[in-house]
Amino acid sequence: MEDPSRRQLFQIIGSSLIVSPAFAQHVHSEIAAVKSLSGGATYVPKKFNRHNFLLLRKLGEIIIPGSTESGAAEYIDFLASHNDELAAIFNGGFGWLDNYMQKTYGADFLAASEAQRTEVVDKLAYTKNSVPAVAAGVPFWTWTRNMVVDAYYTSPVGVKDIGFMGNGAMSSFSVPKEAVDYALKRSPFANEG
Amino acid sequence: MPQVQKAPEVHDIVVIGSGAGGGTTVKVLTDLGIKVTLLEAGPMLNPAKDFREHMWPWEVDHRGVGPNAENYFGKDIYPFGYFLAPNGFWNIPGEPFTTAPGSDFKWFRSRIMGGRTNHYGRISLRFSDYDFKPQQFDGLGTDWPLKYDEMAPWYDKAEDFIGITGTHEGMRSAPDGKFLPPVPPRVHEQLVQRAGKKLNIPVIPSRMAMLTKSVHGRAACHYCGQCGRGCRTASAFSSSQAMVFPAMKTGLLTVISGAMARELLVDGSGKVTGVSYVDKATRTDKVIRCKAVVVAASACESARLLLNSKSTLFPNGLANGSGQVGRNLTDTVGHAVTGVIPALEGMPRHNSDGIGGMHVYTPWWELDKKNKDFPRGYHIEIGGGYGMPQIGSFRGVAAKAEGYGTKLKDDIRRYYGTQVSFAGRGEMIPNEKSFCEIDPVQVDQWGIPVLRFHWQWSEYELNMVKHMHKTFRGMIEAMGGRVTSPDLPANTLQAISAGGEIIHEAGTCRMGENPKTSVLNKWSQAHEVPNLLVVDAAPFNGNPDKNVTLTIVANAWRSAVHLAEEIKKGNV
Repeated sequence: MEDPSRRQLFQIIGSSLIVSPAFAQHVHSEIAAVKSLSGGATYVPKKFNRHNFLLLRKLGEIIIPGSTESGAAEYIDFLASHNDELAAIFNGGFGWLDNYMQKTYGADFLAASEAQRTEVVDKLAYTKNSVPAVAAGVPFWTWTRNMVVDAYYTSPVGVKDIGFMGNGAMSSFSVPKEAVDYALKRSPFANEG
Repeated sequence: MPQVQKAPEVHDIVVIGSGAGGGTTVKVLTDLGIKVTLLEAGPMLNPAKDFREHMWPWEVDHRGVGPNAENYFGKDIYPFGYFLAPNGFWNIPGEPFTTAPGSDFKWFRSRIMGGRTNHYGRISLRFSDYDFKPQQFDGLGTDWPLKYDEMAPWYDKAEDFIGITGTHEGMRSAPDGKFLPPVPPRVHEQLVQRAGKKLNIPVIPSRMAMLTKSVHGRAACHYCGQCGRGCRTASAFSSSQAMVFPAMKTGLLTVISGAMARELLVDGSGKVTGVSYVDKATRTDKVIRCKAVVVAASACESARLLLNSKSTLFPNGLANGSGQVGRNLTDTVGHAVTGVIPALEGMPRHNSDGIGGMHVYTPWWELDKKNKDFPRGYHIEIGGGYGMPQIGSFRGVAAKAEGYGTKLKDDIRRYYGTQVSFAGRGEMIPNEKSFCEIDPVQVDQWGIPVLRFHWQWSEYELNMVKHMHKTFRGMIEAMGGRVTSPDLPANTLQAISAGGEIIHEAGTCRMGENPKTSVLNKWSQAHEVPNLLVVDAAPFNGNPDKNVTLTIVANAWRSAVHLAEEIKKGNV
């Protein structure tokens, strides 16, 4: 599973050499060349049915655009296949959501229009919009949101998005002056010099 | 009863436990040409295979949450996260402990070669002169039978060998040592330094067991910040890699892993003659004969072993004529406050990994202040920076900021790296209500009677927590930040760590001059049993705000050298 840059890093770490900043940068750019964790259209869900899996992907994209590439739906499906309580939370949530959409709009979540989906998601997502009719869907929404956030930011695309630049190896540690200046200028110590 | 097999060979020295104390003993004795057998209750460690250094979360399908999504359901199968070094558990299946009614105590145990040194925070602070003579200092606690000046040369040796960052500051509460160069402070740490200056709180380079220069054949740090995962280059100190493995190469060390000590055996003269242990793989009892035993199983586990070693000569447990085995149990006082610092929002991204943990810290700064409502003091551990995103990293901001889509991403991006934390690590004064003893009815899966813990914080520690809370809020506010932790509750007991939670247990076999009131002499030798030593944090009188590991190493070192001299003289 390891890509060449990982193997190379381990070889170096394993042989106790000091690694140059240039190499660390190389490792970082390798990581930045995003590897998708999405199983693509051919992915066979382990726990959810095809319809629900696609519904989950759609929800994921709404919560975090780009989360399909991070493998968020695959991550949740994998864990649901190992945890019945989690599977019940999600399958129950899918069932509730499609049923609510059918009753309200005459179409399930995937078949509904963009505007209809936004309408229900806004009710689930913001306390100020909450109505009793969607209360039963809120725990499912929270679970999905938390797990999509987790999946996205623990994937190459999410790590790149947030700008994490570590996990390398370098021969010395330094702090860029522009970062220090940036923070000091905005801090209560701005005028201390 | 399993059949007891007696090994005919008589070993020189048997060491029980391979953490800081046991590792040091093994290293020092084999360096002096003495043959040692090491018993470790856990398995052998293979850093190349067992350490998850440099792994990304996506390299495992479950991303670190546990193969069955355990973390989402509050089942912490990995106490400090999946990617950390194999490090032990709050609850070991089949090896329970009990707590007395009203006692809140957690007991973290490692069962692995190297013990807790594989993952510990590596903060390495010398005890000060008053820490060795606390009773003389302010009338509380009991004095060590040695003074700082007697420990200082052993601190030198320990620091020289381990490799510790730091700078000379000349502060009484933070004695200077033999230091490697410090690591430059990260951006948030520079803001903390400025805040400290404003508030008259010192913020100095941290003293950590990571190599900013190569020493003793161990490579210099490569600044990935992942010391807690275990370091494959051994640039962060662990007793397994720096002490036990090299000792194995001398040919003088025999390692028996998977060996859970049950009892120490004595002869009619009251000397230890061997160790009875469970070979876990086969569930059989075995006996190893030896000339001397050095116990370093961790403060509470060592007390348990002595208390379980009852005989006609020692009806209350081995070396327990004083009744002090298991008594005077202490842990560190813990309390933390976190905040977010707007000045860090939108800062140019950079690699802030550095060494694992803080690059600066605050030693106790009010030693000379009169009229405090608690004795002694605490140090402050500072957290922050751009950590590798993990499962749960953004759960806080996601819970606070409603919404989804681009808005949610923006909120998370803005929040990332703006958080700082201040964790107080303070001194607890030993008290009569905090101790461990053998539970009268419960045994573990090996048939070994388990420990029962009694625990009570006193007003001293609770008052200290109030001081911590106020100080940390003041620091965050001085940085222009917003405190995100809850206010201090009316009942401070809800804000102080549980007993054992900071994993600095100490004091269960305290050393002293008087055999009636102490278990060990100044050389960590049992008063009643000269060929028995205890060299973890059990010998400590008190538990200063300096964390325990460096002093365990220094004390084990001097005790091992003394033991070697006694062997040479024929006294052991």
